[in-house]
Amino acid sequence: MMIDQTLVELSRLQFAATAMYHFLFVPLTLGLSFMLVIMESVYVMSGKTVWRDMTQFWGKLFGINFAMGVATGIVMEFQFGMNWSYYSHYVGDVFGAPLAIEGLMAFFLEATFVGLFFFGWDKLSKVKHLMVTFLVAIGSNFSALWILVANGWMQHPVGSEFNLETMRMEVTDFAAVLTNPVAQAKFVHTVSAGYVTGAIFVLAISAYFLLRNRHTEWAKRSFVVASAFGLASSLSVVVLGDESGYTLTENQKMKLAAIEGMWETEPAPAGFTLIGLPDREARETHYELKIPYALGLIATRSVTQQVEGINDIVAEGRHRIELGVEARKALLLLQQDRANELARLTFEALKDNLGYAMLLDTVAQDPLAPTEIELDQAADLLIPNITPLFWSFRLMVALGFFFILATGYAFYLSSRRQITQNPRFLRVLMYSWPLPWVACELGWFVAEYGRQPWIIDGVLPTANAVSGLEIWQVAATLLGFTVLYGVLIYIEVRLMLKTIAQGPDSTQLVAPPASMQGAQPALGK
Amino acid sequence: MMELLDYSTLRVIWWLLLGALLIGFALADGFDLGVASLLTLAGRTDSQRRQIINTVGPVWEGNQVWLILGGGAIFAAWPALYALSFSGFYLAMFLILLALIIRPVAFKFRSKRPEAAWRNRWDWALVFSGLVPALICGVAMGNVLQGVPFYYDTSLRPFYTGNLIGLLNPFALLAGLVSVAMLITHGALYLTLKTDALVQARAQRYAVIGGWVSALLFSSAGVWLALGLEGYQVSELALNGPSNPLYKSVSLVQGGLMDNYASYPVLWVVPALGVSGAAVAAILSALGRFGMAFVANKLSITGIIASVGVSLFPVILPSSTNPNHSLTVFDSSSSHVTLFIMLVCTIIFLPMILAYTAWVYKVLWGRVSEADVKANTTQWY
Repeated sequence: MMIDQTLVELSRLQFAATAMYHFLFVPLTLGLSFMLVIMESVYVMSGKTVWRDMTQFWGKLFGINFAMGVATGIVMEFQFGMNWSYYSHYVGDVFGAPLAIEGLMAFFLEATFVGLFFFGWDKLSKVKHLMVTFLVAIGSNFSALWILVANGWMQHPVGSEFNLETMRMEVTDFAAVLTNPVAQAKFVHTVSAGYVTGAIFVLAISAYFLLRNRHTEWAKRSFVVASAFGLASSLSVVVLGDESGYTLTENQKMKLAAIEGMWETEPAPAGFTLIGLPDREARETHYELKIPYALGLIATRSVTQQVEGINDIVAEGRHRIELGVEARKALLLLQQDRANELARLTFEALKDNLGYAMLLDTVAQDPLAPTEIELDQAADLLIPNITPLFWSFRLMVALGFFFILATGYAFYLSSRRQITQNPRFLRVLMYSWPLPWVACELGWFVAEYGRQPWIIDGVLPTANAVSGLEIWQVAATLLGFTVLYGVLIYIEVRLMLKTIAQGPDSTQLVAPPASMQGAQPALGK
Repeated sequence: MMELLDYSTLRVIWWLLLGALLIGFALADGFDLGVASLLTLAGRTDSQRRQIINTVGPVWEGNQVWLILGGGAIFAAWPALYALSFSGFYLAMFLILLALIIRPVAFKFRSKRPEAAWRNRWDWALVFSGLVPALICGVAMGNVLQGVPFYYDTSLRPFYTGNLIGLLNPFALLAGLVSVAMLITHGALYLTLKTDALVQARAQRYAVIGGWVSALLFSSAGVWLALGLEGYQVSELALNGPSNPLYKSVSLVQGGLMDNYASYPVLWVVPALGVSGAAVAAILSALGRFGMAFVANKLSITGIIASVGVSLFPVILPSSTNPNHSLTVFDSSSSHVTLFIMLVCTIIFLPMILAYTAWVYKVLWGRVSEADVKANTTQWY
């Protein structure tokens, strides 16, 4: 069966576009929700209405963003079945469960209570309303947990094996799927990235108000909350990102080698290529600037273990493709004759290589009898497109360090109550607002594009996972999504800007108790 | 611990849960769809429309999760069904997605600007987002009852032989109208309970008409199904066998969708509930007994959706291209382990969901009047 590459490319493009679009909204939801909890907690404890105004203003922006997150999230869940039906069939037994649990445990929680967040201000006591806000935040974070358990399994498929009777992957150890180290590392890295996004968002808008001398009391408090929250989370995003690097070595050698542009296995401990020009044709990275030992230390946490280079991983992959072909042949024999014990033994011994044989489906005339050239071509598919990965990763890391510096300095200014004394820094913060999104998207790009050619690492090639649709159908929906999403982001950004320009406005709200009117709250916490 | 429930029992439990999720979606999100469909009919001025929108404003997000959970649960418990139906109904699914994207956005964005043209545009977007999913879900059900054109190769890769036009056949369109009528009635009854004055009076009229129309349409679809459609008879099906739909054989029998009712006459209760519930809802709403009418219509929705499952059992998704490849309860589920784990999760979390959802409705108890929406312009829609 030859797979239509145009169909595969269009389906991938649609998934990538809708997923990256969805992730414009997710990190802000993750980050803002917890800052709303902090602000409202201060309101409940201190009774100062400025904190309630803050919660409501940031809540309004949270709401616009949340609606888009929900709307675009449904698309993600449906698309697995719509565009990747063989994938859904092949791994649904493992992959479906975390998605369903996400609905049961997390999404119901956040979506049910988010309505009450907006409509419950005068229907609930202060403490109960705070609890509602807290449940929304917890719900969105749990949601991320389960999605990343699912995604972690795509990167590192543990706790499952191919079942001959059902011709698909099935769960053998659900606990292993849950405690997958890749999933754990990705979860903490991803939610921290969301917190950084929320923090920079609040810092940037607060800086905007401070520079214009509007709502300053309110903006200073928001600034203080966001700088502390942002510093803690940007530190953790980098530290936990390092943890992701460590799990890469264990489980996704090729992605690590590709990010590094590291063609040959180096003697331990390997150097970290700070900068260079990876060249796929020549299979080397030119003009390398290396930090000695650094990669070996980050990736293996030792000075003796080796980090494997691309060429060695490809050679190993080529061997597995050959074994996979034998597994496939045995499978065919078994389908004709269930009692063939020799074929059964061969298959059971070699079935872990089945996915590698599927790589031949896109390059070989007869995938069961590949030529040497076709084997080379299939093995070559194992190398992802290195240059964009190499640079995306470096840009993401650089942004991570920038966030530490920016939030660190903001925190320093807040703690010395000198926020407004450095307008140039406020201006830098104001214009930094898009950067967390850039970093988030680059991170996902490295994670997903770096896994190619696999949709499930080592188990199922992306090309084989696609639905048997007509090309025009996918082209039509891709066009539809593009137009719709384009219009919506335009409206969304305009509404956000309008809401921000209006600023916090307490005239429409319940008047504060007389005792508090006129009380001018002190700056800071 | 897993041995407590054997594979076939778990499969039947998950078949029941699949039904429960679909019914849960229709009951919870159904009135949101119905209310949105009626928006421009029942609300003529901006404040009337805001009155209508704010009856569902705080709850539609939670309600919509029934659909998301439904999708996730089908993926987890019936991966073959998920893979086939979502890709087989590709463009129909895209239309549903379009509606589901537009709806949250319309709710959120509408109130953010005061201009009449802006609001009117979002109002029509809401009508679209209510009608389209209601219609398409019904059309899909109509197609499932008739069989869907697909087959598998030996590696269980699915292929389709049909097209979009084929999905829009007369019986499927009738099923689509049943769905629209039933959800509009549901939405209208919700409005009678949550609004007052003019909007309530209009909603009452639509509830009465809607109730009679859905009773009538559902009965005609039933007669058509009994006399005009072929059913699928399954043989050589191993109840505890592996989930591989290629191991059994299926034959087509005229009127076969009525077999289960013939074998177990007590099952007639299910479609009877669908018809009588809708009729009773129409009568009660004419009398102004809205609470009772709402309950009666919920029973009708339950009966209508359940009757699809009862007619097909043990088939879930019949194949019209190669009936032998049809999906059944006993050969298209997840593995024993996954079904068991998912059941445990459902037993833990579903009662919690129902409890906190009930609490939220309790907090929001009461009618929304035009005066309310005029007083709340910032935090409400």
